[in-house]
Amino acid sequence: MIAIVDYGMGNIESVAMAFKKLGYDICVTDDIPTLELASHIVLPGVGAFPAAMEEIAKRGLREPLRKLAGTTPLLGICLGMQLLFSEGEEGGTPTKGLDILPGRVTKMATQEILPHMGWNTLKISPEYSTFAPLEGKHVYFVHSYSVSTDKKWIVATADYGMNVTAIVKKNHVYGMQFHPEKSGDVGRELLKLFLKEAVAV
Amino acid sequence: MIAKRVIPCLDVKDGKVVKGTNFVGLRTVGDPVALAMAYSQEGADEIIFLDISATNEGRRTLFDMVKQTAENVFVPFTVGGGVKTVEDVTDLLKAGADKVAMNSAAVQNPSLIKESAYRFGSQCIVVAIDAKRFDDGWHVMTHGGKKDSGIDALEWAKQAEELGAGEILLTSVDHDGVKTGFDLPLTQAVVDAVRIPVIASGGCGAPHHIAEVFKSTDVSAALAASIFHDHTHSIKEVKDLCQKQGVNIRAIGLF
Repeated sequence: MIAIVDYGMGNIESVAMAFKKLGYDICVTDDIPTLELASHIVLPGVGAFPAAMEEIAKRGLREPLRKLAGTTPLLGICLGMQLLFSEGEEGGTPTKGLDILPGRVTKMATQEILPHMGWNTLKISPEYSTFAPLEGKHVYFVHSYSVSTDKKWIVATADYGMNVTAIVKKNHVYGMQFHPEKSGDVGRELLKLFLKEAVAV
Repeated sequence: MIAKRVIPCLDVKDGKVVKGTNFVGLRTVGDPVALAMAYSQEGADEIIFLDISATNEGRRTLFDMVKQTAENVFVPFTVGGGVKTVEDVTDLLKAGADKVAMNSAAVQNPSLIKESAYRFGSQCIVVAIDAKRFDDGWHVMTHGGKKDSGIDALEWAKQAEELGAGEILLTSVDHDGVKTGFDLPLTQAVVDAVRIPVIASGGCGAPHHIAEVFKSTDVSAALAASIFHDHTHSIKEVKDLCQKQGVNIRAIGLF
């Protein structure tokens, strides 16, 4: 069973549907015992960083999610990926993230128009050979903030007048800045990679 | 580099597609969900539904359609038409729409943009502008392009951005339905006025019009309706042509 964390920040249905179409049982929940039973946990998210952390705190999910990240494969999507990091600057003052991965979420330093909205190509880091078939493939982005982190966690970037961190991975914690659930066949392939690698852990 | 988006638009009334119902290969004629699935498989980068239902019954059918689309279509989709309140926005997003487009109601009540963007984020708020050429520039038209608001379209685009719009869907009232190509000067003027993505709409009568608007302006996306209906031209045909002419476009197919 795949648990999709419900913390009141939209866009959960389409993420749920994408996994359902891959043939998995899904459960949309904020219940900690249910999350503990899940084979995989997905943290979706659309909206603002501080509001999202507030909702997570309100539900008492911060520490349980940090703990579960050590035992259960976890995928953060879009804002959900950003929340995995140490700190976000959205909203002016820095907000503490889940701090599962080291790094900061900052306003994109690009001359291009924001939000970064639309289909952009993935540039896969050479050390991540399992992702190599996805080199140059288009995925759907919608965001104005992006992650700065150590190169060693970065699986893929996208070029938008800057190097945008697109996929991160540390052990079985994954983050995707774009929306795999809205990225057609390529997105489905990426979700499968998460599900496959995770099972082998 | 980010790809230019090709977006088919479907006019929907009481849960049925009102134009282009003879799409080849579909079992259910006029079914918007089936049509959206077919378009996405052909390579549509996004889909826009425009609801023109006049009755409450029709609106209710719309929500079912949005829900089914969310369950079956794995590219982003926008729903517009008759969006008047934050509750309308909420309902459509809850039903599974990725973005909601607002038009006349936002002109009458600009705070609708602000409140919706505040609550759901700019990324899902599309402001649709119908613009028509006058001696003193382009005016914003409301009520399906029939009523002159007297508002300058470029100023309104800027204001919409300030209020929190994430994208502008720009329709040229002069070019709409004429099928001689997009309104290039209007499109570039609006692109220059704002820093959010602009979708060009109105006037597309052939695949080369889409290539033309991408090559002649800095627009992010192009919308077309009639050329895709009845399968006169396919999305693949448009994308192949764009690619041949050097436009950066999302390739179709996985490997």
